[in-house]
Amino acid sequence: MNGIEIYIAIAYVLLGPIVGGLMDGFDRIVTARLQGRVGPPLLQPFYDLRKLFTRRLAPVNRLQMPLIASHLVFAVLTGILFFYGSDILLIIFVLTLASVFLVLAAYSTGSPYSTIGADRELLLMTAYEPMIIIALVGLFGVAKSFNFYAILRSPMPAFLYLPGIYLGLVFVLQMKLRKSPFDISTSHHAHQELVMGITADMGGPALGLVELAHWYETVYLFALILLFFGWSLLTAILGVAFTYFLIIFLDNVTARVKWGLALSLSWLITLVAGAGNLIPFYIISRGMP
Amino acid sequence: MSSVERSPWLIHYDASSCNGCDIEVIACLTPVYDAERFGCIVTGDPKQADIFLVTGSVNHLNAPVVKNIYDQMPEPKAVVAIGACAYSGGVFSECYNVSGGVAQAIPVDVYVPGCAAKPESILNGVLRAAKVLKDKEKAMRKLRREARRAAKRIERAGK
Repeated sequence: MNGIEIYIAIAYVLLGPIVGGLMDGFDRIVTARLQGRVGPPLLQPFYDLRKLFTRRLAPVNRLQMPLIASHLVFAVLTGILFFYGSDILLIIFVLTLASVFLVLAAYSTGSPYSTIGADRELLLMTAYEPMIIIALVGLFGVAKSFNFYAILRSPMPAFLYLPGIYLGLVFVLQMKLRKSPFDISTSHHAHQELVMGITADMGGPALGLVELAHWYETVYLFALILLFFGWSLLTAILGVAFTYFLIIFLDNVTARVKWGLALSLSWLITLVAGAGNLIPFYIISRGMP
Repeated sequence: MSSVERSPWLIHYDASSCNGCDIEVIACLTPVYDAERFGCIVTGDPKQADIFLVTGSVNHLNAPVVKNIYDQMPEPKAVVAIGACAYSGGVFSECYNVSGGVAQAIPVDVYVPGCAAKPESILNGVLRAAKVLKDKEKAMRKLRREARRAAKRIERAGK
């Protein structure tokens, strides 16, 4: 690649929220239709964000806003490194750091709801990180590179080699995207036992920043899914669209699980679908020239 | 349309209601009425809410709770009192343990009539409250501008 990565990374910073917000709006419409409702307009997430930034800022303490801002910065940075084609290990560290900042922001408020939400978010992090690492190692095995573009240009779609890892990744994406059955730390839907969980003490602009970070995250997480289908434009679009629909569908047909089940289920899936795919793949690909 | 009119987020509190109005509030979210069409989200969190829906009458026990929720909401905010009880105490107004309508505890912007209030009228009340919010937002902005101007004038006078 001759310098085009930097332009894609810049485009990600500028256009990421637009794509993420549109995906969120699409999600809300599909969810409403699955429930037999009309649903909000496609641009609803942008209206929400605009409103959140017109609210008066009422931080609980002096630490909260810097931590939330750091969460946003590191979420953006993860995407930049990802699209810039940086070392995957660095990306994993930054990705974790972004989540840690959100957890710290929730802990700093001292509200029981955000504290329990933060506890659960930490548990979810331990649940999804192994699978994300396995997915990246698997993608390395296919393309012999940690570079986003090198994996994208591999001769066969990674999905054909790594169907189990793809399944496992979809499974843990439910946690990352705060979807049922794993929306235990916070949820876009009200009437849950934790009120708003991790975002309970964030109002107005603070919540706006968290939402913005979530849109950035959505974009690079689906870029990760894109890597499994990066064979032609058609397969890429179909693959990502199918995955997104699958995640929304699962969100609507499953009930929220307890944290213990979330943890053990995700590790089971990581072990069976993730490692069960990765180990045979490495043994077979070693035999190939 | 102002931003708050497009996404009025709600918080609902049942102040000793008989649950009739509460069921109708929840009915607004169902496929038949679908409040999300208007961008309404029912959050459980006063810090994220713009409009406070109260059902039922106020008494000595729940008045501080209503006040607390109201105080936690960021400005500008609007209150919708739903049903006859939230207006005056309704059929319970003569009871020894009922202080009266929601206005006994906090300022109310919109009253929704009915016992129980119909979901259509609740939605109408919410959208009217959103209009009230818009006006409050405008007034706040104007006030802030004037305050800034006054501060500048004082600064100049001091020099």
